[in-house]
Amino acid sequence: MNADEMDVGRRRFLTAATSVIGGVGAAFVAYPFLASWSPSEKTRALGAPVEVDLSKLEPGQKITIAWRGKPVFIVNRTKNYLDHLAAVNNDVLRDPLSEEPQQPPYATNAYRSIKEDILVVIGICTHLGCVPLFKPEVGVIDSSWEGGFFCPCHGSKYDLAGRVYKGVPAPLNLVVPPYKYKSDTIIVVGEDNQQGVA
Amino acid sequence: MVKKALLVPSILLFILLIPFTLGASEENIKLDKANIDLTDQASLQRGAKLFMNYCSGCHSLRMVRYEGMAQDVGIVDAKGQVLEKIVKDNLIFGDQKISDPILAVMPKADATNWFGVPPPDLSLVSRSRGVDWLYSYLRSFYQDATKPWGVNNLVFPDAAMPHVLLSLQGLQVRVNDHLELKIPGSLTTQEYDMAVRDLVNFLALMGEPTQLKRERLGVWVLLFLGIFCLFAWLLKREYWKDVH
Amino acid sequence: MGMSWATRALTGSLKWIDDRFPLTKLWNEHLAEYYAPKNFNFWYYFGSLALVVLANQIITGIWLTMSYTPTAEGAFDSVEYIMRDVPYGWLIRYLHSTGASFFFIVVYLHMFRGLLYGSYKKPRELIWLLGMLIFLCLMAEAFLGYLLPWGNMSFWGAQVITSLFGAIPYFGEGLVEWLRGDYNITGVTLNRFFALHVVFVPLLFIGLVIFHIMALHEVGSNNPDGVEIKKHKDKNGRPLDGIPFQPYYTVKDMFGVAVFLLIFCAVVFFAPDMGGYFLEHPNFEPADPLKTPTHIAPVWYMTPYYAILRAIPNKLLGVIAMFSSIAFFFLLPWLDRCPVKSIRYRGDIYKIALSLFVISFLVLGYLGSVPPSPILTIVAQFSSLVYFSFFLLMPFYTRSEKTKPVPERIRG
Repeated sequence: MNADEMDVGRRRFLTAATSVIGGVGAAFVAYPFLASWSPSEKTRALGAPVEVDLSKLEPGQKITIAWRGKPVFIVNRTKNYLDHLAAVNNDVLRDPLSEEPQQPPYATNAYRSIKEDILVVIGICTHLGCVPLFKPEVGVIDSSWEGGFFCPCHGSKYDLAGRVYKGVPAPLNLVVPPYKYKSDTIIVVGEDNQQGVA
Repeated sequence: MVKKALLVPSILLFILLIPFTLGASEENIKLDKANIDLTDQASLQRGAKLFMNYCSGCHSLRMVRYEGMAQDVGIVDAKGQVLEKIVKDNLIFGDQKISDPILAVMPKADATNWFGVPPPDLSLVSRSRGVDWLYSYLRSFYQDATKPWGVNNLVFPDAAMPHVLLSLQGLQVRVNDHLELKIPGSLTTQEYDMAVRDLVNFLALMGEPTQLKRERLGVWVLLFLGIFCLFAWLLKREYWKDVH
Repeated sequence: MGMSWATRALTGSLKWIDDRFPLTKLWNEHLAEYYAPKNFNFWYYFGSLALVVLANQIITGIWLTMSYTPTAEGAFDSVEYIMRDVPYGWLIRYLHSTGASFFFIVVYLHMFRGLLYGSYKKPRELIWLLGMLIFLCLMAEAFLGYLLPWGNMSFWGAQVITSLFGAIPYFGEGLVEWLRGDYNITGVTLNRFFALHVVFVPLLFIGLVIFHIMALHEVGSNNPDGVEIKKHKDKNGRPLDGIPFQPYYTVKDMFGVAVFLLIFCAVVFFAPDMGGYFLEHPNFEPADPLKTPTHIAPVWYMTPYYAILRAIPNKLLGVIAMFSSIAFFFLLPWLDRCPVKSIRYRGDIYKIALSLFVISFLVLGYLGSVPPSPILTIVAQFSSLVYFSFFLLMPFYTRSEKTKPVPERIRG
């Protein structure tokens, strides 16, 4: 009788111990399969920083380059654009002072850029990921439009610094990627002096 | 019993035959052992430099990127970050980025015109040919005026490759079935063998860059499975007390 | 003491499911109340191990398709992409490639068990036939999958095997083109092999495995004594010499799986190419339709049949011999006339025949992996003769076999 009771205890212990070890093993096995879904080395290499030559970017012109497969808008804002940007009333914007971490520290300013004329933003609407249209002309979206980006999917509006308006579905300003000036006219998107390669 | 009596010798016979199988798959040339050491980072780095200086003109390592290569041969700082400047100054001779694959300098079409066949990509050469073959091949060039490049090779007769390392090794001549050094190069025979070993070491790592990681992980996996075996056995023995 | 809240919730949900799906019924029929003979030995591990390897092949295979490119331009590079760039891709690929070889090791030992203990005999003929169909699926999977890395051995292996069909008179040539979908092995062939390898054959495979186990659980397992445990039951209708699969064989098989994984992982982590036997060296060069590797040999598990093919100096007859070397296995339940199942009680003549068969199989396996020579060809021809005699003469040497008396019940 005694021996039987001891057996039950031992049996329970061994069953529990083997199950725990087996469970740990299963988790170990699951790890590489889950990890293999992360971006591969090739993806990382293709997502390397991109150099852009701005010497041919005319005032008022917008170009779109691809960084990590995402569109990055680079706009050469004229004096006129900057005046209209300044004319946007802070009360109509959700985050006029760029308090949300949507940009690196060096772009946390009124222009959301390193140099005031050159805007670099990721052209992906913070609502559901559509690519906004560049609408620099005053009044083309509505009467109070000071120029900016307009998302055709759900009507979100951003000003010429990529700051989102109130009363639209998008919750946040457009993202400014890490970038730096390699020379006066060449920028590197995806790399800066503070964090290195993003 | 009769069955067992026959089965055992048959398995023994099979095991005895295996060496013949291994031997039969090689050609008849005796290969020298490369004796590489993948954990020797100094050797790997010397090998990388030799590759970039002497091989990368014609041969690509297109499945390898400069950055990954630098990581694998240990050109990294204390935090494991690749030392980009050292790589660019010593191992990249054009304007390639560190994230680019290692491609041959010479365009493939030119190379095909020049050599008759395009020089093969060497990413997997250590796996298709074997390290001993590479080690022996690179040390077996000899003078042969009948060949387009003035040299032939004992291990790979009629190879379409010139002896790129001639200035290091010097010129060998064939005496019956072995080679003798006729004109010395800038390295002694011993130094040259070491240099080739470094190069083969590098190519061996590039053939399967994950192999060191694989073996390190394997030790832990086997230890874990050993413990699992022990508990599974104890559990089985416990339950089977009911049966016996 | 009442039931705890958790236990009540558990039995409650189990009842809810059982009212709608036969969960408890399935558990009982196949595990808790499936009575297996108590005397299973070493040879009885390989059925459950085959299931483990099948699961490994399916899971790693699905993961490989996520990064593999089934085109002539992309296949070779995508395999190296998996090996180098995909996180843990090397591990997933080696688990799959090593799994292929281990699948054959396990299945060959499983089949040998059948030969030892007469597992193919009445009433288990259908289990054997279903098993042989699974074996065909396994060979098809191995052959189709071998093309996918698009290495030079992949290419020439597929070239040689598809050419076999050209031996068929009149429509052989057309058949070869139809199989390849092109004048040669090309990306078209690769693409269809990929579809067959990852979808069609696995579906068949899994279905057949389910039928194989259903048929087994219908008639009950054989055992090393070759006696039917269902003949002697207690008053509750349970076989006296049987024990419930769960827990006794689940814990035993778990130990078997643990030991198997130890060996399997030793290969995966320390010798994944097994000196060129599991991953052949020429396959690290991309497919080249203009250059045959100097020595073509199939992977080790196919070499016995390849040696038979090569031993016969006539293309059509060689092909017929090769296919019939596998086809004869299907006939085994009817070729064997001996009423005794287990080798323990069979006559010496069968023991000798089986030993010679195993030796001929191993010798052919070796010969198929080395380049042919006149002497080796004669050895291969002799071995093929032994191989086929095992089957062809079986009705004669098993009819008058001097067997020992078979016990009524399982011995100890």
